[in-house]
Amino acid sequence: MSIYTRKKAILALADGTVAHGWAIGLDGTTGGELCFNTSMTGYQEIFTDPSYYGQMMMMTYPHIGNYGVSARDDEHRKVMISGLIVRSFSQEYSNPTADGALQDYLVRNKIVGITGVDTRMLVRHIREKGVMNAVISSEISDEQVLIEKAKNWVSMDGLDLAKEVTRKEAQTVKAENGRFKVAAFDYGIKQNIINSLAARGCTLRIFPAKASWNDVLEWNPDGFFFSNGPGDPNPMDYAIETVNNAKATGKPLFGICLGHQLMALSEGFTVDKMFVGHRGANHPVKNLENGLVEISTQNHGFAVNPTTVDATKASVSHTNLNDDTVEGLRFKNFPGFSVQYHPEASPGPHDSSYLFDQFVKMIEDSQN
Amino acid sequence: MPKKTDIKKILIIGSGPIVIGQACEFDYSGSQACRSLREEGYKVVLINSNPATIMTDPIMADAIYLKPLTTQSIKEICEIEQPDAVLPTMGGQTALNLARDLHHENYWEKKGIKIIGVDIDAIDITEDRQQFRDLMERIGITQCRSRTAESLLDAKEILEELGGLPVVLRPSFTLGGTGGGIVWKEEDYEKKVLRALELSPVHQVLIEESIFGWKEYELELLRDDNDNVVIICGIENLDPMGVHTGDSVTVAPTQTLSDKQFQILRDAAIKMMRSIGTFAGGCNVQFAVKPGSDEFVAIEINPRVSRSSALASKATGYPIAKIATKLAVGYTLDELKNQITGTTSACFEPSLDYVVVKVPRFNFEKFPGANEELGTQMKAVGEVMAIGRTFPEALNKAWQSLEIGRSGLGADGYEEIDRKEVRDRLMKPYWDRTLQIRNAFKLGASVEEIADITKVDPWFLQQINYMVSLENRTEGQSLDTISREDLWELKQAGFSDVQVAHLLSQSGKKVKEVQVREHRKKLNMKPVFKVVDTCAAEFPAETPYFYSSYEGENESYLSDKKKIIILGSGPNRIGQGIEFDYSCVHAVMAVRDMGYEAIMVNCNPETVSTDFDIADKLYFEPVYWERVLDIIEHEGAEGVIVQVGGQTALKLAKRFHDHGIKLYGTDFEMLDLAEDRSRFTPLLRDLDIPYPEYGTAMDAEKAILIAEKVGYPVLIRPSYVLGGQGMRIAVKEEELRRYVERILKSHPENEFLIDKYLEQAVEVDVDSVYDGEMLHISGIMQQIEPAGVHSGDSTAVLPPYSLSEHVIKTIEDYQLRIAKAMNIQGFLNVQYAVKDEIVYVLEANPRSTRTVPFIAKATGRSESQIGVKVIMGAKLKDMDLTSKLKCYAIKEPVFPFDKFPEVKKELGPEMKSTGESIYFLEDFNDEHFRKPYEFKSLYLSK
Repeated sequence: MSIYTRKKAILALADGTVAHGWAIGLDGTTGGELCFNTSMTGYQEIFTDPSYYGQMMMMTYPHIGNYGVSARDDEHRKVMISGLIVRSFSQEYSNPTADGALQDYLVRNKIVGITGVDTRMLVRHIREKGVMNAVISSEISDEQVLIEKAKNWVSMDGLDLAKEVTRKEAQTVKAENGRFKVAAFDYGIKQNIINSLAARGCTLRIFPAKASWNDVLEWNPDGFFFSNGPGDPNPMDYAIETVNNAKATGKPLFGICLGHQLMALSEGFTVDKMFVGHRGANHPVKNLENGLVEISTQNHGFAVNPTTVDATKASVSHTNLNDDTVEGLRFKNFPGFSVQYHPEASPGPHDSSYLFDQFVKMIEDSQN
Repeated sequence: MPKKTDIKKILIIGSGPIVIGQACEFDYSGSQACRSLREEGYKVVLINSNPATIMTDPIMADAIYLKPLTTQSIKEICEIEQPDAVLPTMGGQTALNLARDLHHENYWEKKGIKIIGVDIDAIDITEDRQQFRDLMERIGITQCRSRTAESLLDAKEILEELGGLPVVLRPSFTLGGTGGGIVWKEEDYEKKVLRALELSPVHQVLIEESIFGWKEYELELLRDDNDNVVIICGIENLDPMGVHTGDSVTVAPTQTLSDKQFQILRDAAIKMMRSIGTFAGGCNVQFAVKPGSDEFVAIEINPRVSRSSALASKATGYPIAKIATKLAVGYTLDELKNQITGTTSACFEPSLDYVVVKVPRFNFEKFPGANEELGTQMKAVGEVMAIGRTFPEALNKAWQSLEIGRSGLGADGYEEIDRKEVRDRLMKPYWDRTLQIRNAFKLGASVEEIADITKVDPWFLQQINYMVSLENRTEGQSLDTISREDLWELKQAGFSDVQVAHLLSQSGKKVKEVQVREHRKKLNMKPVFKVVDTCAAEFPAETPYFYSSYEGENESYLSDKKKIIILGSGPNRIGQGIEFDYSCVHAVMAVRDMGYEAIMVNCNPETVSTDFDIADKLYFEPVYWERVLDIIEHEGAEGVIVQVGGQTALKLAKRFHDHGIKLYGTDFEMLDLAEDRSRFTPLLRDLDIPYPEYGTAMDAEKAILIAEKVGYPVLIRPSYVLGGQGMRIAVKEEELRRYVERILKSHPENEFLIDKYLEQAVEVDVDSVYDGEMLHISGIMQQIEPAGVHSGDSTAVLPPYSLSEHVIKTIEDYQLRIAKAMNIQGFLNVQYAVKDEIVYVLEANPRSTRTVPFIAKATGRSESQIGVKVIMGAKLKDMDLTSKLKCYAIKEPVFPFDKFPEVKKELGPEMKSTGESIYFLEDFNDEHFRKPYEFKSLYLSK
């Protein structure tokens, strides 16, 4: 698309804020909860992260699309975001090994987006006002109509979105030299979690969110993994039940992000919606068990309420150095731990990959 | 871990005079270190021989030694001060090498002085190319194939091993890659190897396979005592491997790496830093990445703050030197707060929501015959940094910042594009590569073609191509036909009003800059100012560090205080360097002291003035008319101070005056008069002050007539230039003709001056401040070299060492007469030549000069603040003007001739030195006086 042939687009927020720009991706209209991510690299991983299901992703780094798209950067076979907002979209890209341009990828995945808007202004806006819904359209030019659309867009509050992104059928991923069997519950599991566990000798059986517990037991796993995923954990009674079933086996449990929240809920702790979530690849997390700090990838709009963490049931193992939010729990009444952030990174730093080693070690120890 | 309590007093080693490869970035880091330590209650002892630094100001340390940077001086200081620790990472390679030498003498150990912030054994490893290679091999980090040679014979063997040319030479332990480079041709090999062996203090050179054309990256790291490591900034060089990073156009953050590729480099950088000892502090790692692959090699690691870390600090807002210092005294990263947000942790990795472009500044015109091709040895004398929301915006702003007369990346009416020249310029790396890329697109070249020739990553080319497509769309339109949308897009891409006017003029009807400005103001199209906040707006930040952009929301809110704008001096270059930044910083302090809000505008990332907590507000913007005016209009400032930012600021004075913007201090009319000989000379005549006979001309014939009238030899120069640029001495007509032709080429519009050259005269440089009632003579400096050597290049002694009482009285009298006649309010510098007891006035500069910081350090008086306070209306009679100078202070210039081996060392009226040091003289038997005195006429040339 050259500067002579591009098409106009409008972004409208539920509170009446409007921004004009140019259409990217597919022509059309889309909507969802507006959130932002401060990662400067890794846009494709972000767009395909199931935790972002249904969200309008605004990238704070202005140039997006620079290195095109590559199959190895997909975290899921589908794009999960519902719309894309950037400051300066790279129509052309540079990367001899890429599969193609981001523009074509967005069209193929039917993603509507907008470029050329003051993303920084919008980030500051939602930082002050809190998250809200928004729509993008390259078809409708009436701002009022779009604002109304944004107002009426289905709210994500209280929604169980994991069931929208989980796989339909259980699937086995065999590890080369597999030493252990791990049952992984897919609430929107990222590919790199699968890769990280498999690389450490865990053969995985990835179960749909609502898999029957008998099917799980039948496979006879050595440990249980609860994945990341989109939406509010509170309505996910079925998943909490699964966690409790897993605890009862006495085998090690590991949870990431939504999985962490589910494990917390299963112990009776509270999980609250945050005013503005954490979404980026530069969050400092302090490991309270060894005093070290890791730079982490984060993507969550809910967090465990620290005042509800019962010290007889769990200790806070990790906190966020910026705002003291709970970033990790070590459970006392069963072998297990969980983190709010993303040790699988992708995108982001690899500082926390040791957690996968810990989990594998825990399984190993449980067998001796 | 909290700070160390077993140390109380810390020695900081500075970097000495400004040279190519080591500039004022170390004043920036050193100043931060001093402040950071004193904040924690440590006593700071400082050694630095560079008088033009802020770090050597009395407010910065508890004890300051302006002494030569030698192990001898350091020992003397340690005897007196008995420090508990030494921090050698803030003064560049100079400081590290000194600390290392003393370490090998076991001096530190013997004295019980701890080395903090670095592990000396780590320096040894990183600086010794072979040891470094071995270490990298051990930890599994790939390197270019290479081997160290200690003789020509070794070198020949190694060449065989590597499979022939091209290869890269990297001499061990040299600064800024001196003596290194790529060898392409068989016939150059032996010569270049020998030179490299000679220049290396240990006579070793690493010979390396060439990875010419690979992409180059730098990562800036911080590590604490707990071994926590964070990456503050990733920087991508637009120029691929083969050009020294100091000479490359660089961009932050990285633009063309996928996350997987970036994380590979991040992991490797952390591994490398952890492999070189256990120190807490800053570190810089450089990589080359094979285009289109995950394959990379480590180039080098510097376990100290550097030019790049200064750039990274300004680019991200994260004060690397300040935090590195806190880490060196024992704090861990999680104990420190992010200085910008004030609320979040310092243990994080900044996220940028803008693009930073650094463009180096060169001075080849000063060194005729110098090889302008860029290589692995640094040749740039300074740099500019520009911030924009997009790469095109930042790139255009960078070119507006360079102060080479350009209004952006081309499209400003300068160039006639010649196809062959563009192609020739692109075949090899030159300083103007981005401009030539733009020209090539203008001629219809494709991204593929240019990428093939230059190896510049296509993404950057695509962006420049986009800029050219905006140009093409605009040409043919007029101010009446161009849509608001199109104009907005041009402004968003960083195009200046001058560029827009030039493009719109292509339709045939001339459009002026001011018309574009008025037009867009009618459309309410003006820039907004955004905050550099380290976190991409995720958290609120109160820090007043701004850049302009054409966007929706303004974040620079106005206070109700009276505001003064201080214009910085832009990029370092020969003739205008750190000395002016020194004065700018003091101007800020003086203005704040007097109750005003001080607003700084500057674009040089190496400086103290662009530290975010110096001024009340910092605009990191080009010191370029349109950008400055935008800021003044936005702020509704009371006025501007132009007397401290060198020629950069002064050049804008006329436009401020014409625009009705108040200039503090001396009236514009008088600033202008000083530059205009045809008005200044009558003033001298009226004051009954002698001056060398002179005339002005616009062509050779007139020039010859004048020369015959005043008598050869004559001095010839264009008017309105800096540092004697283009100034020559002609002894006969034929030479004069040649120089005239040269000037007409380089400064076609200027008239030029022909002065009688006073042979064997003594030159005297006098700085002063006048408040309308009283004249304060800051200092009278007598130059050792004869008149004809530029004052910036001469060795000067304060106070004069051989002038008669009568001459000094006369000078003082003339200075007062001129100050009165010009109605000076603030600084006045006058240059004199003394011959046969007659005092001639050569020129007057009604501004703060290069020598003001030198005098301030020699006398212990804050000369800059005295001047600025007078500019703001204070009276000298209310100030303490006593000098602490007991003996003589001598200013010793430093030259870059070692970087230009093809250029002969000669001194003349055109300035060539990059910096200076100060030395205190007890008597005239000292070799610091004797030597220059003995050789005073040796290098005098034309």
